[in-house]
Amino acid sequence: MTSKATNTASRWTPVALSVPSLALFALMVLLPLALTALLSFQQYDQDRGVQSGFTLGSYALVLGDSYYYEIFFRTGWIAALTTLICVLVGAPEAYILSRMARPWRSIFLLVILAPLLVSVVVRAFGWSLLLGPNGVVNQVFELLGIGKAKMLYTSTAVVVALVHVMLPFMVIPVWTSLQKLDPMVENAALSLNASHWTVMRRIVLPQITPGLLSGSLIVFGLSASALAIPGLLGGRRLKMVATLIYDEYLHELNWPLGAAIAFALLVINLAIMLSYNAVLEGAYAKRMGRS
Amino acid sequence: MRRTGPFALVFHACVTIFMLAPLVIVCLVAFTPENTLSIPWRSFSLRWFNAVFEHSDLMQSFWNSLGVATVAATLAVALAVPAGIAIARHEFSGRQALNGLLLSPLIVPHLVLGVAMLRLFALLGARGSSLWLTLAHVVVITPYALRLVVAALAGLDRSAEQAALSLGASHLTVFRRITLPLMLPGITGGWMLAFINSFDEVTMSIFITSPQTVTLPVRMYMIATESIDPMMAAVSALMVAVTAVAMIVLDRLYGLDKILVGQH
Repeated sequence: MTSKATNTASRWTPVALSVPSLALFALMVLLPLALTALLSFQQYDQDRGVQSGFTLGSYALVLGDSYYYEIFFRTGWIAALTTLICVLVGAPEAYILSRMARPWRSIFLLVILAPLLVSVVVRAFGWSLLLGPNGVVNQVFELLGIGKAKMLYTSTAVVVALVHVMLPFMVIPVWTSLQKLDPMVENAALSLNASHWTVMRRIVLPQITPGLLSGSLIVFGLSASALAIPGLLGGRRLKMVATLIYDEYLHELNWPLGAAIAFALLVINLAIMLSYNAVLEGAYAKRMGRS
Repeated sequence: MRRTGPFALVFHACVTIFMLAPLVIVCLVAFTPENTLSIPWRSFSLRWFNAVFEHSDLMQSFWNSLGVATVAATLAVALAVPAGIAIARHEFSGRQALNGLLLSPLIVPHLVLGVAMLRLFALLGARGSSLWLTLAHVVVITPYALRLVVAALAGLDRSAEQAALSLGASHLTVFRRITLPLMLPGITGGWMLAFINSFDEVTMSIFITSPQTVTLPVRMYMIATESIDPMMAAVSALMVAVTAVAMIVLDRLYGLDKILVGQH
């Protein structure tokens, strides 16, 4: 990139520049993760706390108990449903935004994205006001004659609030890939008598597929590990993996078990991201290569 | 260009209402004169805002958050500028690995980082330390600062630097007098974004704060799991207001759509 990089004096420049951040991240990211991995193999004793020594006990406990399966399964489908809704809402919304006229486009883009900057606790609290037994949503339901529904402290509330938190993460990558789409291509197709549906399927959809993929990965990963939303809107009965880890660490004080579950969450998360990425991007590259 | 159809406009209106509804409701309920969570249709009152300012735990947490976020954002920028220069301007083995490591807090769930740091702090005896809490925040907000620094460097016209070098300026002078001033919008944007993310952070902080160092979102989480009264709405409305002010400043400085979408 730079011609200066070739002379020997500046060979050490990038090293010197990156040492401070590297040191901090080694100390505060790599070391703690390694310590937590080790912790998950340590014994826990109700009376004496964490013991030294190596055991697979915590993993065996998680794998051998349907209680934990149920929580992992619930976390999985809630994250998957959230991702699906974000795709179905976020992609059309990004497309509509990209077609708006000048001032409106930036204004509404900000409206959709700005909630990202508001604390998730505030947003969860807002949804608990909206979805509560006497909340605005139930009042609207009553006016419409549907009758009250119990939403707060159910999976409905968790999914609704997760979609609200995650939608910007879907809109951003789809919007970015739409920016590279020349509107003249769409106009050309339309002028050649392609239907709107064909334009969508043959031109817009292939263009936004990479954005949809990366958006889905981010949304799924963040939803599966979200703590504040299920903690505040799911109540005590609707446990998810994140709230389970929280309880093991801060209430049960069984850190090795909490570490094992946290590590399982991290590994599953990374595995889904990497494989999903590899499979779908491979397929996408092949299809683009052929056409 | 084809006009947006009526169906698309209705869809768009619904999405907009959905995105704004929880923030609007919080701000409305904050002004209720009642003791219950209700929308003040007839009269409004500031009593719940007074309650916030008289709530010593909340105020303590607010000052904690402000201090942590200010120091953490400054440190994050101080790390991100040199690291960003190394990544954007130098070829060296391990460049991709460094970039990946510094961006990893965006991929590793904050929950996992939280329990991992809890373990480290327990072993170091650092639980309850504001310094270590701040360093933990530096880790999770550095990626935001780094991205804006790298973007600022990528969009920088290098001819002014080359001209100065050819006229005999030292590398340090060129950096101080030319590169740094040109990067300034990116650096301030990165600082603000890092600040907001630190100020809002709850998932990691919940594991590593102690009663003296509890940050505002963690305090709000703890209050909300026990009881919800209109005071929570008032704190939330204040946080929305603070964020809105920060957003306006950020927008003037740098362009908010650029920061959020990450395009330059």
